[in-house]
Amino acid sequence: MAVLTCRGLTKKFGSTVALDGVDMTVEPGRIVGLLGPNGSGKTTLIKLANGLLTPGAGEILIDGKKPGVETKKIVSYLPERSCLPDWMTAGELMGFYRDFYADFDRDAAAGMLSRLSIEEKQKIKHMSKGTREKVQLIMVMARRAGLYLLDEPIGGVDPAARDYILNTIISSYNPSASVIISTHLIADVEKVLDDVIFISCGKIMLAAPAEDIREQRGKSVDEVFREVFKC
Amino acid sequence: MEWRFDAGGAIYAQMVERIKEAIASGAMAPGARVPAVRELAIDAGVNPNTAQRALAELEREGLIYAVRTSGRFVTEDEGAIETVRRELARGHAESFITAMAALGYSGAELEAFLKNYIREKEEE
Repeated sequence: MAVLTCRGLTKKFGSTVALDGVDMTVEPGRIVGLLGPNGSGKTTLIKLANGLLTPGAGEILIDGKKPGVETKKIVSYLPERSCLPDWMTAGELMGFYRDFYADFDRDAAAGMLSRLSIEEKQKIKHMSKGTREKVQLIMVMARRAGLYLLDEPIGGVDPAARDYILNTIISSYNPSASVIISTHLIADVEKVLDDVIFISCGKIMLAAPAEDIREQRGKSVDEVFREVFKC
Repeated sequence: MEWRFDAGGAIYAQMVERIKEAIASGAMAPGARVPAVRELAIDAGVNPNTAQRALAELEREGLIYAVRTSGRFVTEDEGAIETVRRELARGHAESFITAMAALGYSGAELEAFLKNYIREKEEE
């Protein structure tokens, strides 16, 4: 069964149409890139999948269920903006995640932190921006979730941190889980993607396996994106 | 292995090509262990399904083989390695000849140029 299904999914904010009749499915074991310019509806779609917004029309289902308490148990969400309680230490943060999520793998998280030489007694507010982004990603990827929703995971970090984040996504890969990465930094993520969804003005412009796009068009996904969204 | 990918063309196919080069040149010796899917995916910075597809293709072509529970290994079949070496050499020759033809070199002139060039290099 599909991990995520959208049928005629529509969301308006006043007279602005953020999502306009989106139909899509995400199968287990896929890493999907939700690619579009700023304001195309990427974050709205992710917030709908998390139950932070409710659809105006149509539906969105996670594992066949409407977003709610049950789906939050299997959805691991990395928001666009950092939401870490910054008075905590890294160790306390792991305890916090374990209290909230039964699927949180503390050993995996501790291992990833120690490989970055982040000590458990270090306070989050004393960490650099790049380190905080990595810590947040580690918390999200250390859950044994069925669906990871990563909203702009590589925006605003340096290229080395980007590589670290993408490597963490690859090494956390699990064939029964899916990952959705929303971004406009296509050249950086395209090698990591199974499937590509181009979104513009709330509509899906193209949905295809990344390898098919490169093979059939003889161009990178980044180049095709620049053509499709040429200003 | 250092991985760099061209913009066009499937990534799995480019990985197959690079691993074939490593096998043909002996950089990956006959019988040597081939990295596991996850290891290869992390090393190349690619999707694990892409790495899996590359290994499956090499397996299908008989250049690597899987041993239950212990992983994949480079073939020990010298004939198969020689075949892939020739296949890659033909590819390089093809692109060299095409580039030289664009400069107006062909046939005897091309052959003479090449002989001369090799002699010069050896004298260096």
